[in-house]
Amino acid sequence: MNDMTVPNPSEATRVAPPAPLGMLAELTHRCPLSCPYCSNPVELDKRSGELDTETWKRVFSEAAAMGVLHLHLSGGEPTARKDIVELTAHAVKVGLYTNLITSGIGVQREKLEELANAGLDHVQLSIQDAESDNADKIAGLKGAHEKKRIFAGWVLELGMPLTINAVIHRGNVDNIEALVNMALNFGARRVEIAHSQYYGWALENRKTLMPTREQVMKAAETVERLREELQGKLVIDAVVPDYYARRPKPCVGGWGRQSLNVTPQGKVLPCHAAETITHLEFDYVTEKSLSEIWTNGSAFEAYRGTSWMKEPCTSCPRKEIDFGGCRCQALAITGDPRNADPACSLSPFHAKITALAIKDARPTDEGYVYRRFGAKPGQARVEITRSNAPA
Amino acid sequence: MTDVPSDATPKLPRGVRLRRDEVRNEWLLLAPERVLRPDAIAVKVLELCDGARTVDMIVEELASAYAAPREQIDGDVKKMLRDLADKRVLDLA
Repeated sequence: MNDMTVPNPSEATRVAPPAPLGMLAELTHRCPLSCPYCSNPVELDKRSGELDTETWKRVFSEAAAMGVLHLHLSGGEPTARKDIVELTAHAVKVGLYTNLITSGIGVQREKLEELANAGLDHVQLSIQDAESDNADKIAGLKGAHEKKRIFAGWVLELGMPLTINAVIHRGNVDNIEALVNMALNFGARRVEIAHSQYYGWALENRKTLMPTREQVMKAAETVERLREELQGKLVIDAVVPDYYARRPKPCVGGWGRQSLNVTPQGKVLPCHAAETITHLEFDYVTEKSLSEIWTNGSAFEAYRGTSWMKEPCTSCPRKEIDFGGCRCQALAITGDPRNADPACSLSPFHAKITALAIKDARPTDEGYVYRRFGAKPGQARVEITRSNAPA
Repeated sequence: MTDVPSDATPKLPRGVRLRRDEVRNEWLLLAPERVLRPDAIAVKVLELCDGARTVDMIVEELASAYAAPREQIDGDVKKMLRDLADKRVLDLA
């Protein structure tokens, strides 16, 4: 049995793209936490513009009918939606595998029980660090870590499988073993050790988040060792850090190839940072069917397949393995989204991204720029009292 | 890697679902962030993983259904179950 791969659409004759495997439904951008590495866009959707219950239900029905398997109910904090139970029940009814991606904050036990009874398949809980003071500091909310610990207990009591997701950066990269052990103690079956990706809000904080190359190498060794030690007890999935890589990651499994993303207002994106590519035009679920957008939407067509590529991608034997990496990162670092992801050592911009990482990994007295509704980059800077920077 | 005991009663835990995908016309095993594609024999094995049958009973049923040597099926089934248990998509208890 193999992990699933989707056959590549033929380049010669334009055929309908294969059905997406997963959909990320960003139900709301509202969130009780203000993590400096937030992956949501700098401009957040306001509550007043959020899709209503019936529209989300229609979108879930359309997703299931077109072949989406996994539905990730995300945000912001998805449980901030009053209709979260109704939405989950509907997704279950139409056959989607439902995954709640939550901060665990502001969720009452009764609500979680209702979700379990509605058929929720899986809960993914974010954790900021293994040690509560630093975890709360990263989340920007005192007492958050303890609430998360209690929430994890409820997930287990209610018989649901739990994944712990930890975004890794300079402030916790040296604590990976403790994070993994904590996931085990929380009763998780799976843990994601996900190095921060520098888009959206995280880009604003790159110089307080970037680890050193030595820290990243050590982290990778730790993950490998723990994987062996914990085989059969805990699955460890890792998202590798881009800036020190030699090969780019196949971002979202290839643009418009495996997954799609719907924003709180109903905009359909090929990946959740796609709006940073400002010349793309995105369709709304309120105007077209999900299937029409997936198949023919101009933003999906823009970088689907390999025909849009430039050198060094065009002649690269790996072009259908990594699909040139991440378009958003190519734009952010090189100025052209059709360029190879600069994480690739074949990119003429590779030296630039390495230099950026080394520069940003230097110790700094600056604090995180916390993510808050209405906050703009450059505001709300808070000093970090404990220095996480390497000496 | 430990052997799968013959008296274990494997079952799919909550959060792992074996389902027929009508869009792709194939069987899928859905797990957190993973989609696995079991072949026809794997599907047969997974359908017998109901938490009541022991591994021995599953092997017995398959041996008679496929008229295949019991030892070979025993080895294949245990290898598959171990692999799935290591991926945490199957409970052996």
